[in-house]
Formats: sequence, structure tokens, C-alpha cells
Amino acid sequence: MRSLLVILLSAMLVDNFVLSKFMGICAFLGVSKKLDSAVGMGAAVTFVMACAALATYPIYTLILIPLGLEYLKTVAFILVIALFVQIVEMFLKKAVPPLYKALGVYLPLITTNCAVLGVTILNIDNSYNLGQSVVNAVGAGLGFSLALIIFSGVRQRVNAADTPAMFKGVPATLIAASIVSVSFMGFSGMFS
Amino acid sequence: MSEKKTTNTYELVKGIIKENPVFVTMLGMCPTLAVTTMASNGIGMGLATTFVLVCSNLAISLLKNIIPKAVRLPCFIVVIASFVTLIEFLLKGYIPALYDSLGLFLSLITVNCIILGRAEAFASKNNPWKSVLDGLGSGLGFTLALFLMGSVREILGSGQWFGIDLHLPVTMTVFVMPAGGFFALGVIIAVVNKLAKKAPPKELGCAGCPNASRCQTINKKNEEGGND
Repeated sequence: MRSLLVILLSAMLVDNFVLSKFMGICAFLGVSKKLDSAVGMGAAVTFVMACAALATYPIYTLILIPLGLEYLKTVAFILVIALFVQIVEMFLKKAVPPLYKALGVYLPLITTNCAVLGVTILNIDNSYNLGQSVVNAVGAGLGFSLALIIFSGVRQRVNAADTPAMFKGVPATLIAASIVSVSFMGFSGMFS
Repeated sequence: MSEKKTTNTYELVKGIIKENPVFVTMLGMCPTLAVTTMASNGIGMGLATTFVLVCSNLAISLLKNIIPKAVRLPCFIVVIASFVTLIEFLLKGYIPALYDSLGLFLSLITVNCIILGRAEAFASKNNPWKSVLDGLGSGLGFTLALFLMGSVREILGSGQWFGIDLHLPVTMTVFVMPAGGFFALGVIIAVVNKLAKKAPPKELGCAGCPNASRCQTINKKNEEGGND
């Protein structure tokens, strides 16, 4: 059993969801133009990931396993995440309007973000218990935020730079992402 | 969308080149980067996605009058997730090697924006036959893109193609690593742009994505917010 701190740090840095597992690339490329939106999206994803891990663990262990329906986990989890995002959106709107104002627009984007479904399935695949699952989800979310925040800085420079015409736009962004990813390769092997 | 008179061949062919999901509309980037360390994985992932895309397009097109508009996205996702579970079983049973190498990303076909995008933009508005052709076309376009990416990364990264050693003097391991994936995709899109002789996309093409309006709201809000 790996300690919680190791799980947290390795989900954040070594197995960074965006830069080494390629999850949530759409959000990574779509919402990293500005620091503000990167922070907002990162916070929203971290929050939903942690809650999704909390919600899917009991569903898997208390409902799916006793009924022998483990193979339904993809269907069950994506439904839970979709419902959950909807509920969080409604709850925040009523109960915590300032937080809703900050995160509201990002929430619907998260339902189809593969990082959220990915982290819940990874928790099951790694047979983490409830505590480890939540820590893993928080680590993954923080790693996602970190990648987004770093990249939003890089991207402002790239957009201002004079790149060859055929590389303008998406290609230059992807190559910049490649270089950021190289820097995260430095963390590999830290906890093995 | 108005029911434009389009030929069936057009529906099939448009997804392969003109509206290639990866190189032109920039959808489904996650699997494009993650599973393309080998050409064979790329083809496997592409065909699995094509299967789900064709089946879900058919099912959604048949169910389009029953599904209430307000809850259509959750309904689409459940239909898609069911077919993903099906293909997971099929691969596990018949091609276990592919099942192992695709791993988590097989389940993640559920949230591939190409599939939800086609369901929302096409299948929910067109007849079943056209929807199947549209799904097949987009799926084959996706497979083609994954095959191309997989070939480039396998040849440059490990000096092999479909596992056959090519005896290259130099190999660059970085291409099978995550960083190489981003780099290869960036260069391929740049080359495609050059060959297509058109302005490269400034933004990620949200056109097919059901969340497009949200993305634009965020970006617009940022522009109005100015620099701070």
C-alpha cells in the first residue's frame, strides 16, 4: 500500500493527467488562454474530481460488486458524473452564488472531460480504498490545474511570437505543450 | 439544421478528408495523443471508435423523436457508454492484446467528443441510413489520423513499423513519450495545413462539440475582462 502523500504527489507530478496521461486535452487547449480561466477551470475540475471519486466508490463497492455488475462501471460512472455536475451547478447557484459566479461556466464542460471519468476508473483499476481514491482525485485535479496554469503563461508568449505561417495557431500551441511536457518528464521515476 | 439534399456518398466521404475529426475539426485529441505509440494501436483504437460511432449514430437517429430535448445529452452519453461496454467485452474476448494496450482509453471512448459531437450535430437530425454513413466516414477519418500518428511515432521513436524492425540508423525515443506525441501532432497538423493550402485553424474547432457555446462564453468573457 502506498502512502497517501506518495499517491497525491505522483498523481500530481509524475503521472500528470494532462502532460503524461493525455487526459483532458480538449479543456487543456481550450481554456488555457488566460491565467484567470486556467485557475477557474482547474479549481472546478479538482472539485468535481474529488466529489466524483467520493460518489463513485460507494456505488461500485456497495451496488455493482454485490450484484456482479462490475462491467457496468463505465455507464454507471458517467451517469453519476453527469448528474453530479448538474446538481453541483444548481446547488452552487442557490447556496454559494460567489463560487457559482467563479466556477459556473466551467462546470458543464467537465461532464465530457475524460480526466474526470478517467480518474474514477483508475481508482477502481488500482483498487484504491475510499481515502486513497479521494487523495488520488485531488492530486490529479491539482496536477491538471498546475499544467493549465503553467501552460497559460507559456501560451501568451507563444501567441505573441512570430511563428512560421503554417505553424500559426494550433500547431505552435501543441509544440509548446510538447516542451512543457518534456519538463514534466523530469519527475518520472521519483517514487518508483 | 435544414435538411439539405446531400448524396449518401458525400456523407461518407466528408468525414474522411474534408472534415477529418482530428486534423480539421480538432476533436478527440486525447486518444489521438495517448494510444498512438504504435501504428497497430492507432488502427485498433480507430476501429473500436468507428464501431461505437456507427452504432451510437444509428441508435440515436432511431431514438431521436423519443428523447426529450432537455435531457438529450445524458441520454446520448448512456447510449454511447453502452456500446463502449460492448466493444470492451468483444476486445477482451477476441483480441486481448489490443485490450491490454488500449487499457483505460477504451472506456474513455465514452467521453470522446467526436462521438457526442456527431450524435448532437448529425444523428439527432438525420435519418438512420445517413447517420450510419456519417458515423462510418468520421470513424474512418479518425482511424486514418490515428494510423498516421501511430506510424510517425513508431517509426521515429522505436525504428519499427507494425512491429517490423526497419533498421534505422537513428531512433528518437522521445517520440514514443508524451512529449513526442504533442510534437508529432503539431507538425502533422502544420503539414496538413500546408498541403491543404488554407489558413490554419486559429482556435480548436469547437464546431462539432456540444459544449461549444460554453467555451465561447468563457473566451468572450475573458476578452471583455481585458488585462488584469
